[in-house]
Amino acid sequence: MSALPRAHELGLIGCHVCGLVCRDNQVEDPACPRCGSALHRRKPQSCARTWALLIAAFLFYIPANVLPIMRTASLGDVDDNTILSGVVELWVKGSPDLAIIVFTASIMVPMMKFLVMTTLLLSAHRGSNWARRQRAMLYRLVEFIGYWSMLDVFVVALLTALVQFGFFSEVAPLPGVVYFGLTVILTMLASQSFDPRLIWDCQDEDD
Amino acid sequence: MSTTPPASMEHAQKAPMSDLLICEHCDTVYRRRPLARGEVARCARCNAVLERHQRIGLDAMLALVATVMVVFVLANAWPIMTLGLGGEQIHARLWGVIIMMWKQHSQVVAVLAAATLFFFPLCKMFALGWLLIFGRSGRRAPGFVSVMVVLHYIGPWTMSEVFVLGVLVSIVKAQMYFDVMPNIGAFAYAALALLITVFSSIDLRQLWDEIPAEPSP
Repeated sequence: MSALPRAHELGLIGCHVCGLVCRDNQVEDPACPRCGSALHRRKPQSCARTWALLIAAFLFYIPANVLPIMRTASLGDVDDNTILSGVVELWVKGSPDLAIIVFTASIMVPMMKFLVMTTLLLSAHRGSNWARRQRAMLYRLVEFIGYWSMLDVFVVALLTALVQFGFFSEVAPLPGVVYFGLTVILTMLASQSFDPRLIWDCQDEDD
Repeated sequence: MSTTPPASMEHAQKAPMSDLLICEHCDTVYRRRPLARGEVARCARCNAVLERHQRIGLDAMLALVATVMVVFVLANAWPIMTLGLGGEQIHARLWGVIIMMWKQHSQVVAVLAAATLFFFPLCKMFALGWLLIFGRSGRRAPGFVSVMVVLHYIGPWTMSEVFVLGVLVSIVKAQMYFDVMPNIGAFAYAALALLITVFSSIDLRQLWDEIPAEPSP
């Protein structure tokens, strides 16, 4: 046994909901004595669920970027914006700092989530012990920044409610924003269903 | 900073379970130790936060919940921003935004916004308030266990702080074409974002220990 014992080595299970440390009584379908939730060593079918959610999110991510998310109509002059063209507009028309924030939240963060989650899943499948601390850190980063991607969805919603002058000037949401919202929700679900304990589940203990 | 000692087989068999602590990110078992003010215990294996010193007691937490509720009402009752064009003025409130998205064929977005910006935060505040009002007198509120489980699940799904950034971006975007002013709601939302940041350092799981169950007869 290594210097840093893990729960299963000591016959313990930590409740995933309330954090209580429980003795593993080797019964079928154990439940947490404190909060009543089902106890399991690892999140059930973590990899399969995460893959499914991640692939679904990626499928939605394509129309989210290709389709326009917002229509600005002014005196019959119609202008459809995609996520990227919205960032460019913000950059050109005088707010490069906000353009960087929006670019990070709407483009960098989702892309990073896809890359990081795929890396985590592939390395967990292979039981690799490559850069485990760094992978654990990446997972926590994805969990922490994931929901900031909703930024663009809220911006479209706010502008739609604000700019309503009929023919004179109007902003309307377009299907891209729905796909984008769904992408964000699905990637959040994907990172929540991934079990970071899998990163450390390989035989070779070198610490 | 001293480190949290790992547990051994002996501890696992003899020590009371409440003296042990399992890292949620890698399943390493530690012996719990009291933390000094401002101290954070980190996992030696994966560096995740194990536990923080909780300087906010039940009373202060209840006060914080009450403050958040007042600010939440302000943020929703007052317009977030006002747009003037000619003599006309349009005010945008959170519920106006949600209803507008529903009408404009983006029901999915309307539901997402209503859930993450209104219902979940509200649920969280009422649930916490309920637990704390009873907890202050050392009792567990009726339905304590289920409320705690619900709080665990809605935890990651409140997005008010993202909305604040959204307000900022939309003011700047609309300002390119119109005369837009942030209204009281926007400032209330900014205050809400600050309060939520204070809240995020509180581990709600401490309520399990701080409000013990009555010994069963």
